[in-house]
Amino acid sequence: MDLLSILQDLVTDYTLRTVSLGAAVLGFVSGILGSFAVLRKQSLLGDAISHAALPGIALAFLLTGSKAPLTLILGAAIAGWIGTLFIISIINNTPIKEDTALGLVLSVFFGFGLVLLTFIQKLPNASQAGLDKFLFGQAATLMERDVVTMTVLGSISLFFVLLFWKEFKLLCFNADFGDSQGFRMSLLNILLTSLIVIAIVIGLQTVGVVLMSAMVVAPAAAARQWTDRMGFMVFLAGVFGAIAGVTGAIISSITPRLPTGPTIVIVISGIVLFSLLFAPNRGLIWSWVRKRRNNRRLQVDAVLGDLYILATQHGNIEHGHSITVLRTMSMGHGGTDGSLKELELQQLARRIDSDKWTLTSKGYAKAENMIINDRDDE
Amino acid sequence: MTLAQFEIQLIGILVASACALTGIFLILRRMAMMSDAISHAILLGIVLAFFVTKDLASPFLIIAAALSGILMVSLVELLNGTRLVREDASIGLVFPLLFSIGVILISRYAGNIHLDTDAVLLGELAFAPFNRLSLFGYDLGPKSIYTISTILLLNIVFIFVFYKEIKLSTFDAGLAASLGFAPGLLHYALMSLVSITAVGSFDAVGSILVVAFMIAPPATAYLLTDKLTRMIWISVIIGSVSAVSGYWIAHFADASIAGSMATMCGVLFLLTFLFSPYRGIIAIMHRRIQQKWEFAQIMLTVHLHQHQDLPEHSFEKKMNHCHIHMKWNEKFTQRVIKLATEKNLITEKNGYLYLTKQGAATAEEAITT
Amino acid sequence: MTKTSNGAIDSNQGDKFAIKLEDITMAYRDKPVLWDIDLEVPSGVLMAIVGPNGAGKTTLIKVIMNLESPAAGRVFIFGKPYQVQRKLVGYVPQRNSVDWDFPTTVLDVVMMGRYGAIGWFKRPGKKDKNLAIEALHKLGMADFKNRQIRQLSGGQQQRVFLARALVQNAQIYLMDEPFQGVDATTERAIIDLLQELRESGKTVVVIHHDLQTVPEYFDWVTLLNVRKIASGPIADVFTDKNLRLAYGGRVGFLSPHSHVGKEFTSNLNPDKEN
Repeated sequence: MDLLSILQDLVTDYTLRTVSLGAAVLGFVSGILGSFAVLRKQSLLGDAISHAALPGIALAFLLTGSKAPLTLILGAAIAGWIGTLFIISIINNTPIKEDTALGLVLSVFFGFGLVLLTFIQKLPNASQAGLDKFLFGQAATLMERDVVTMTVLGSISLFFVLLFWKEFKLLCFNADFGDSQGFRMSLLNILLTSLIVIAIVIGLQTVGVVLMSAMVVAPAAAARQWTDRMGFMVFLAGVFGAIAGVTGAIISSITPRLPTGPTIVIVISGIVLFSLLFAPNRGLIWSWVRKRRNNRRLQVDAVLGDLYILATQHGNIEHGHSITVLRTMSMGHGGTDGSLKELELQQLARRIDSDKWTLTSKGYAKAENMIINDRDDE
Repeated sequence: MTLAQFEIQLIGILVASACALTGIFLILRRMAMMSDAISHAILLGIVLAFFVTKDLASPFLIIAAALSGILMVSLVELLNGTRLVREDASIGLVFPLLFSIGVILISRYAGNIHLDTDAVLLGELAFAPFNRLSLFGYDLGPKSIYTISTILLLNIVFIFVFYKEIKLSTFDAGLAASLGFAPGLLHYALMSLVSITAVGSFDAVGSILVVAFMIAPPATAYLLTDKLTRMIWISVIIGSVSAVSGYWIAHFADASIAGSMATMCGVLFLLTFLFSPYRGIIAIMHRRIQQKWEFAQIMLTVHLHQHQDLPEHSFEKKMNHCHIHMKWNEKFTQRVIKLATEKNLITEKNGYLYLTKQGAATAEEAITT
Repeated sequence: MTKTSNGAIDSNQGDKFAIKLEDITMAYRDKPVLWDIDLEVPSGVLMAIVGPNGAGKTTLIKVIMNLESPAAGRVFIFGKPYQVQRKLVGYVPQRNSVDWDFPTTVLDVVMMGRYGAIGWFKRPGKKDKNLAIEALHKLGMADFKNRQIRQLSGGQQQRVFLARALVQNAQIYLMDEPFQGVDATTERAIIDLLQELRESGKTVVVIHHDLQTVPEYFDWVTLLNVRKIASGPIADVFTDKNLRLAYGGRVGFLSPHSHVGKEFTSNLNPDKEN
């Protein structure tokens, strides 16, 4: 399958188009709102909310008989919200800690949701079939009306994010200060939590309950490696999420028996891995390279210093010193030969005979400078 | 009660107990969410083991599952160690990845076999009695009972043997390390137990119920007692009660057994949350209200005490001025004054309030704390 | 305080005080954190709030700014309630109240000080940016404006916080332990700034932990330990007796031999109440 025919399918094939769009919306919105959750150290809240949403979906169907995406999403959101309130209430009123409260609400709500689901299964219409796609995410069953709902809700959420951008930044960074500036942080907190809940429930259908946690956390974790500016980070997280969504959708459509949800998660995890390794500054590869470079430089400086010591001891800077002596002086730190070569390149030292080295006048001056500076620092 | 019904409840009780034992230490170590993460990550281990052994019933699966649980914990720690990702984010990243790989492997290479993701998550306790262990032609009962009993025994032995080490490393890892108790090793041992318990149980009850049983009964016990040993007993009992009651509810409602058991865990927690005599919400609110009135009375005495000798402050003692200073509304003020008068802390004369000797003593005591 | 004809309490005299607290009581789960605090802070002073740990100092500041609601009592800023006068008060929280790993730059943090003036929804503009840069200049941090806050030292972080307070252009500044964990140069820079603020007529209230430097840096002091022990000019109030009352006898270093002790042991008047 070449790229061109994929792109063609993207436009012409209803399923691929719908699923890709849905996945892109999911990725973008959850990437952006997930960033806020991650910045507030509430990464696992996404996991809890997505599990807690299940009974809401079931009840929404039981009460209204409708499987319209908006109805189900509304049910999911309400249940997610109630779950969040329980979590907060448990944390505030008992000695129970946050992680326990999260796990408790997560498993109990989900269990209750299962009860409702199996109950629905027994109803005459055998209509439970459409509901458990929220469990595992069956992106392939996404329909246009689902994507439209997702897009509308997602856009509204993003609108609020833009509108309250600086207020949300204040909320995440220094809420007390925000209050002192006259902004009602408690109301903003409710708003932000609601937006996060919405972002999560619109994604359930695409990736399912279990994997939603990754879609909340991973884009933000990846984006964080590339920038220190919150605005760019949040936007980048959205972009990463969207890319993962579309890529995952495409790959899973052209590969047989590859479910969409897990594929998207693998793509975004790959993006995270890449970011962790290669992002400039923070990236692990860069850190490693930087460290080696530093070590290298330190080694070269050390050999320069050794030459200087030998020169001053000897009184005559022209005198060559055997390489064996130099190697001994940097015993255990290795790399003498390489350092000498580097010094030669920089015209700080030169070779006399096959195995003797000495400082040049330039090298002497630099070494002297270096030692004086060292002394000053002490 | 039929044999099958009895067996199902027994399995439920065994699972609840095994989970409670590991769950207690998870919640005390603030690692409750690890139960959720591990129970999803073990799917990968199971799948890989299945590819090797081609046998769903092989004990190798349990070992592989335990290993993938450890893998997950190690990856989380690795990620965390780079200082580039925070711990809670690390967990939220790793387990979905491992789970996804597991699901994809199943889809691609095991699609025909009944390694159903549904079953992994949800389990179906109703089928357990039909999967029986037979030896020498004798029917020894459902396989699950033996698997889980072994795991339960393993957990009991571990906790019994290492009780003081686990207790110490939970509360003070630094001290434990300095005393040579290798808290790191204990940590991995505990995580292995969690993985083993999870995989042993999910065949019967699914991973969600495992999480519920690991967290809810211990959390409930946490609200009822401060003693560790008692906490363990109470969570085992609560877990078992949830299991049995959950079963019967599922029976009558014809719904998911695992789901009902998890729901009952939640119900018991909720009841305790509300009604626990010391830590329950209702008890707390009641106490707070009482404290509010008592404190208001003390505030009144202190207020009078502060201003009693200075003539220009005499109006502060006026009954109808109290509320301005105390930010209390009229009704509240009246009631506080009434209560304080009844307790003989203050007296009233010509519209002014005066401290009694007892009231003065109360004020003095409050101030010097 | 004066009484008007119908007996109501007239607090208009509070106008001449920058901050006035009446009967502030604050309790947490029925344990008092602040007990019946009456405090009058004249405008234009540089005042330290000192007291042992848990004495309620941070709580006092939070109550002034309405971040916490007192069980009793009222707060007046230049004679009016805080909510009305909010813009006149600048806040510098404790350094550890913030996650310094947060992805934001120095300039960004300082500009947060302008949000109150900008109001809801609107974005910061050029004027705000210039004000922020100016404030950074004042604190010697202008070169760091695009640096990620994670890369800052303790002293630099504190300066950023101060710059943020400066752009608020407030009349009253409330600071929570600004000298905690900063290097000597930064400490000097901070105290110079505070004194400059006082010269220009601002009122500066600082929660301070180092008793030794109180007389040198400040001209007014409040000793707090759940109750107000004493408040007033340093010379009158910063006495051994008051310190003993505040700290419960653990102020051993203020011996007659230390030069700090000498300065006011000579002023000691054991019979003088606060």
